[in-house]
Amino acid sequence: MKFQDEFRDRTLVQNMADNIRKMAEKLKAPVNFMEVCGTHTMSIYQYGIRSLLPENVRLVSGPGCPVCVTPVGYLDKALACTADPHNIVATFGDMLRVPGSHSSLMEERAKGADIRIVYSPMDAVALARNNPERKVIFLGVGFETTAPTIAASILAAAAQKLTNFCVLASHKTMPVPMEILTADPELNLGGYLCPAHVSTVIGGNAYKPLAEKYRIPCVVTGFEPADVMQGIEMLLAQVLRGESRVEIQYSRAVSWEGNKKAQGILHQLFEPSDAVWRGLGLLPGSGLAIRAEYAAFDAENILSFDIPEPIENRACRCGDVLKGKLSPFDCPLFSTVCTPESPVGACMVSSEGTCAAAYKYGR
Amino acid sequence: MKIVARDGDNIIAEVDSVRKEASVMLLGEEVAVGDYVIVHAGFAISRLDEEYAEETLRLMREVFLSEDMA
Repeated sequence: MKFQDEFRDRTLVQNMADNIRKMAEKLKAPVNFMEVCGTHTMSIYQYGIRSLLPENVRLVSGPGCPVCVTPVGYLDKALACTADPHNIVATFGDMLRVPGSHSSLMEERAKGADIRIVYSPMDAVALARNNPERKVIFLGVGFETTAPTIAASILAAAAQKLTNFCVLASHKTMPVPMEILTADPELNLGGYLCPAHVSTVIGGNAYKPLAEKYRIPCVVTGFEPADVMQGIEMLLAQVLRGESRVEIQYSRAVSWEGNKKAQGILHQLFEPSDAVWRGLGLLPGSGLAIRAEYAAFDAENILSFDIPEPIENRACRCGDVLKGKLSPFDCPLFSTVCTPESPVGACMVSSEGTCAAAYKYGR
Repeated sequence: MKIVARDGDNIIAEVDSVRKEASVMLLGEEVAVGDYVIVHAGFAISRLDEEYAEETLRLMREVFLSEDMA
């Protein structure tokens, strides 16, 4: 496949690793780089990127998996929707096993709830069109990459005058949690591998305030192994020069301005809101709520939820894993009680989750 | 994924012999059959720029695949 095989060239990646080792000899102290993109997390484990790096260049995984950062309370709302046999709950597949307070969508489906896995939010609109006597509730979870696709589905439902389609929205936006993590002295981050797909929409400019305010290097990086290595090298070069700029390594897909059309549709449908992140808590302005003009498609508006205080498994350390403070291998539940077949926390559920990637590919 | 067919806003894109339908309504730029796009949840969200891809590779190879590195 073009644009893929070339960026997996073993010799190329090995030589880049040699160069990174040489550069790292000049570091005065170890440096921590964080990636905040589920696809990076998977790629870094899959290609054993950490094993190619010297000890003083450390990679930590941040809150880059949208399913993983979705709070238990949201799951409980989604589960409440499944209780009414009039409803069809449509979702992306990776939400299915995520544990709520008492159950998961998978368990409810086994008990007979009508839960459909869709590939695109447009499939959920089609479900509503084909089942006019039922209500279709789509679980809108994702970052700026997914939010425009869900905005487009609401516009499509509005154009088709559907009154039985709505979205339970739990969208999150990226630069805000990065600020919180940058300011955390325990993490001591020295740079960000900024997300690939999110950045195709928001553009490289979105990270400039972060880089300037916190004087932290940011490199928007692709997710093939040669991309990741080059991203790390670019971060390291900035650290050694004492710079803190935004650079785009993934220039074949990401521009400075981003995808203006997708941004336009996103902002037409959504407005910034406060959002709860698993592990990070309530972050002001880090979420997206459906605008009042489209309230007819907002599940929060048309359904009434009476959800008890959500219960999280106290032994679950997903919160620390999401902040990059705990490696999956240091979690007492990892691969003992918590496995992809029987996950305790969300990080083990989604294929993009740090624990799922660590479980599948090892160190 | 490579665009193999297009009808209005709908495309068929292919990678590793797997074909998927997708919409280009979120793309701000024109795309045609033969272009490469990133597809997410049924929508093309970005066109892969061949020139930038070649340039990135050229620079990587120039520095890291030259004789004296081996």
